[in-house]
Amino acid sequence: MTATRTAPPSSSAPGPALPRRKDRHHRGVGRWIVLALLVIAAAAMLFPFAVIVLNAFKTPAEYSGAGPLAIPTEFYVDGMINFWNRVNFGQKLWNSFMIAGSVAILAVLVSLFNAYALGIGRVKGRLSIVVLFLIANMLPHEALIYPLYFIANEVGLYNTQLAVIIIFTVIQSAFGTYLLASVFGTFPKEMLEAAALDGASKWQILWRVVFPMSRPTLSVLVVFFFIWTWNEFFIPLIFLVSNDKQTVPVALGVLEGDRLMDATTTSAAALLGVVPAILFFLFFQRTLARGISAGAVK
Amino acid sequence: MATTSPSRAKTTRAKASRGGTRTGIGERSPVYWLYLVPGGLLFAAVIIVPFVMNLGLSMARWPGVGDITWIGFDNYTRLFADDTFWTSFRNSVAMIVAMVIVPTAIGLVLAAVLFDVVGKRFGNGTASALRAMFYLPQILPVAVAGIVWGWILRPQNGALNTLLEAVGLGDLAQNWLGDPSTALPSVMAILVWVQIGYPVVIFMAALQRVDPDLYEAAELDGAGWWRRFRAITIAQIRPEMFVVALTATIAAMKVFGPVYVLTGGGPGHATNVPSYFAYQNFFERANVGYGAAISTILTLIIIVLSIIFIRFQAASERKERGR
Repeated sequence: MTATRTAPPSSSAPGPALPRRKDRHHRGVGRWIVLALLVIAAAAMLFPFAVIVLNAFKTPAEYSGAGPLAIPTEFYVDGMINFWNRVNFGQKLWNSFMIAGSVAILAVLVSLFNAYALGIGRVKGRLSIVVLFLIANMLPHEALIYPLYFIANEVGLYNTQLAVIIIFTVIQSAFGTYLLASVFGTFPKEMLEAAALDGASKWQILWRVVFPMSRPTLSVLVVFFFIWTWNEFFIPLIFLVSNDKQTVPVALGVLEGDRLMDATTTSAAALLGVVPAILFFLFFQRTLARGISAGAVK
Repeated sequence: MATTSPSRAKTTRAKASRGGTRTGIGERSPVYWLYLVPGGLLFAAVIIVPFVMNLGLSMARWPGVGDITWIGFDNYTRLFADDTFWTSFRNSVAMIVAMVIVPTAIGLVLAAVLFDVVGKRFGNGTASALRAMFYLPQILPVAVAGIVWGWILRPQNGALNTLLEAVGLGDLAQNWLGDPSTALPSVMAILVWVQIGYPVVIFMAALQRVDPDLYEAAELDGAGWWRRFRAITIAQIRPEMFVVALTATIAAMKVFGPVYVLTGGGPGHATNVPSYFAYQNFFERANVGYGAAISTILTLIIIVLSIIFIRFQAASERKERGR
């Protein structure tokens, strides 16, 4: 809101002679004020990250002495190393990576099959099926969790990563099916017909025509499924109870819930949770932007 | 996909209407059903069966082990008389304010200013760098965002309280998450921080397809920035506003992670939300039937809200076309 209020001063600056307001292209200080306000707002958004970085490398003594806003005088990494070893953070990273990676691949595969039948095969009742997937995507996980927990216990999958992988494969593919089915609805028919005339089976058409042509969409889905699954908290929290199976968000969330850590260790832990997310962000920025805007228009 | 599919879609549709659409591969071959088998089986096992079981459990009293007692709608009648239940749904409204209304309003202005002023006057690079900064919190796992903020809001030696003291506002320093009067506003503020990047990114993408001539024409007619913003920007990106409002409302109804990490629903029930309330009944109090009833009501509300949104959107599109 602050940004808009600054626009009028720049336009009223040129003087009373003009009958109408001057436009935004006027060379005034207004646009610099707008930019400055935006930069301040963006800096405020980044403030939490800055404070975390600032304190992750302080000794507990320095923290209690100089407070959280002082610049550290030495580069102290023991706190982070201790935390890493105490929670075996490398394993948490690997667990998260393994679960999110498996889900991303499997969910895209399931979405591809579903969407092939719905978008290209145009099977009967496809609209109701797509709506069903869409509703599944909206369901709160709480409405599924207890029966899932119960079933997993019965079949011996409770406290296994396989259970989490299966559940998220289905949840993510519900969205993927919906998105891909609508993309495949506009797939060039002549290409499919040409392949069919060449004697290709449905299976061959899927892998030699549909798959290569939809690869850009599929790679966006892989990235999204990976990050969504990486970030998930509720279902992994319920299903992964032993320490050696937990994901990064669950391990950190449970620790924070306990409130047993001192301030510098907590900020080191938070930094360890933030870093992978920022790496993904830098790594996949383009794909994310492409996907977000496409998801919005669909 | 965003860049290629729309144009491809257009040409295909044009061709399809010219040529025969029901020849060759396009016909509904039953072979395609086979491709739905793996997805369908998984879907049934992970979504449909558990959902139906949950519906059933909402009519039962069950501690999670032993015999199930069927009690009909007793859980629901008990819920409607339960203060915590009403508190949790009132807090859902607060979550909608924090995740939908405030971010959409601020996001609209930010996106318009970034696109209109920064993008055009200072270059697209500056605009997308700023956009990335606003979007950054969105990619954090919510649990991690909760840890970051829980740490900043620590009552003793926390960064926010220290900052307030440093600028001479030490009187405002307090136990942000531990005091019933500030806990909910604090959680809301954190969610605004988390959520704001989402509308910014979507609205900026949407603004790219708005015809610049519209702005030029309005400018020539003497419309100021605010008028142009209201009459053109908002009107043109209305479809995206619906999408953002719908998806963010659903997300707001489902909030769990931040509450779990930051407050545990407390102090008292000051920050309890339906999903956390259901979790407590499922896994802390062994009231499985009660938890199932809460989650069923939550599901119903989400579905009803979605239907209202979609109806509303369809109606407004019809009105738009009718003009």
